[in-house]
Amino acid sequence: MSSTVNTVNNKLAKPSLPWSLWLRQIRAIFSLETRKNFLGKRAILIYLLALLPVSMLGLLALVPTPKSNNFANLSMIFAWIYAGLILRTVVFFGCAWIFMNLFRGELVDRSLHYYFLSPVRREVLVVGKYLSGVVASSVLFVGTTIVSLLLLYFPDHFSESGRFFFDGPGMSQLLTYAGVTMLACIGYGAFFLFIGLFFRNPIIPALVMYGWELINFLLPPLLKKISVIHYLNSLVPIQVSEGPFAVVAEPTPSWIAIPGLLLVTLLVLIAAGYRIRHLEIKYGSE
Amino acid sequence: MSDTEQQVEVGTDQIRNSQSAIRNSDRNSKFAIRNSDLIIFDDVSKFYGEILGVNRVNLQIGPGITSLVGPNGAGKSTLMNLMTGLLQPTRGAISILGTPTDQPEELFRKVGYCTQFDSFPRGLTGRDFIKSYLLIQGLDHKQADSLTTTALERVSLLDAADRKVAAYSKGMRQRIRLAQSLAHRPSVLILDEPLNGLDPMVRAETIALFRSLADEGMHLIISSHILHEVDMMSDFVVLVNNGYVVAEGNIHGVRDEMEEHPMQILIRCDQPGKLAAHVFAEDHVVEARVHEDHRGLFVRTRRADDFHLLLNRIVADGEVNIESIAPVDDDMNAVYQYLIGSDGGST
Repeated sequence: MSSTVNTVNNKLAKPSLPWSLWLRQIRAIFSLETRKNFLGKRAILIYLLALLPVSMLGLLALVPTPKSNNFANLSMIFAWIYAGLILRTVVFFGCAWIFMNLFRGELVDRSLHYYFLSPVRREVLVVGKYLSGVVASSVLFVGTTIVSLLLLYFPDHFSESGRFFFDGPGMSQLLTYAGVTMLACIGYGAFFLFIGLFFRNPIIPALVMYGWELINFLLPPLLKKISVIHYLNSLVPIQVSEGPFAVVAEPTPSWIAIPGLLLVTLLVLIAAGYRIRHLEIKYGSE
Repeated sequence: MSDTEQQVEVGTDQIRNSQSAIRNSDRNSKFAIRNSDLIIFDDVSKFYGEILGVNRVNLQIGPGITSLVGPNGAGKSTLMNLMTGLLQPTRGAISILGTPTDQPEELFRKVGYCTQFDSFPRGLTGRDFIKSYLLIQGLDHKQADSLTTTALERVSLLDAADRKVAAYSKGMRQRIRLAQSLAHRPSVLILDEPLNGLDPMVRAETIALFRSLADEGMHLIISSHILHEVDMMSDFVVLVNNGYVVAEGNIHGVRDEMEEHPMQILIRCDQPGKLAAHVFAEDHVVEARVHEDHRGLFVRTRRADDFHLLLNRIVADGEVNIESIAPVDDDMNAVYQYLIGSDGGST
């Protein structure tokens, strides 16, 4: 062991422009976290979730289906699959797993202190981790959305599907679904990151949130607006019926839904930043 | 102040009165140092709900090696976690070389902390582990690579740098954490039980490393259970018990201040009986006992300095031929035993 020492401080020049420093720090945090999100052991569950609709539709594509299947119905079938399986199950639980683990997972692994012992504003840490979660969830779940849609259309109706996507409204629908999935990742992601910071056992608040999103169709119009799913439903290209007991509310126009969702996301992230500023490391009690 | 804090205060008054936080003059001389060169605890308390972590801690720590010593649960790690902002004080304030602990972006350019948590981010090699957190500081890859290599060299882990940390032995994990904490060349290095899990050879090398860092002017705050190592490497000690600082300062200075525990000294000489007769005349000598081999005298004195002056006079008079004088309980182990009431679990 060498005992030659080049003590002390600060060969590391303290940057004078905090924005430039923060961007470099966010990039470093993003890089480390993205690797964990895609390659860590915890990613296995996310891959399984992302593959769920793809493998179901892939299997259906292999099984010969009755030719009576009307091509015109496929848009509505996908709208059901998207609302029921992709958005409410895969994206919701996938985001819950990814974003809650950004901080809670590190508390469980007892490794969060390495970040806290670095000369980084804790708010910068929130941003870096959040962005890595958004990228991981978006890549996987937007991919799931696109592949699922293509698997529903192309295997049995190749030529009609080609016309639908390249000469008809298909491409616009596909991009809209992809955009809604990405917005879902952004919105749910912020909430789950916040929950992961506040609750020792985040599963319960996540389930409460799931219940709230699930019964959204029963809620009066004012309460509907206090949810993520309401805005996402307003944006999907094809609305699905929510059943005879649903309380009908006017969909929120996209020019309100998108900025509104982004604004709420920003507010939740600010609250998360405030929370992490005061967070203590007490692994013994985790 | 909460009811709990008041109860704790009342309950611990006895401790504080009987042990009355010994602060010796060496430590006090540090008040001349500027606040920006000191680690300062200003009336710091930390409660975990109703449980006392530490209470009313006032400390000023200067450069050199300062050891935090105390039994398990005494509050050593709490003090370290407070120093690094991992915990926030319930009351009081802490500053590290002039920087408050709630400003990590400033604080950790000056401070490195090697915690006791034997855990790592998953899937990283030793090199990746150190480099990743250097990049997070905002360094470019070239700087980070260079500092990473230097840190790995310093803890003799260069050969194992590209292996996964998960495959490291306990001692290697300890060393890689040490390397990570000092990679950015901090001015203050805080080390929670840094010698745990190290084999004797590496222990010696690590202590030498600490010593050289201290000689360069760094502040090293080290907690340890190994009292003879504390004795060997520390410039100052802070004894913590039940959440209170019970003594602080230079080990020998602390020992000198403990008047309720007279200092034991063994004097090797040719006429122990005659020497005993001389020393008994002094009121600060409370006990004198001839050694079993009749070639020495054990003396217990309340004022070691006065006793040494007396010996000088006796030697000058030529009445007794003195071969050697050695304090018997002027070490960390004795200080620990007297103030905390056990041997610390290891010696």
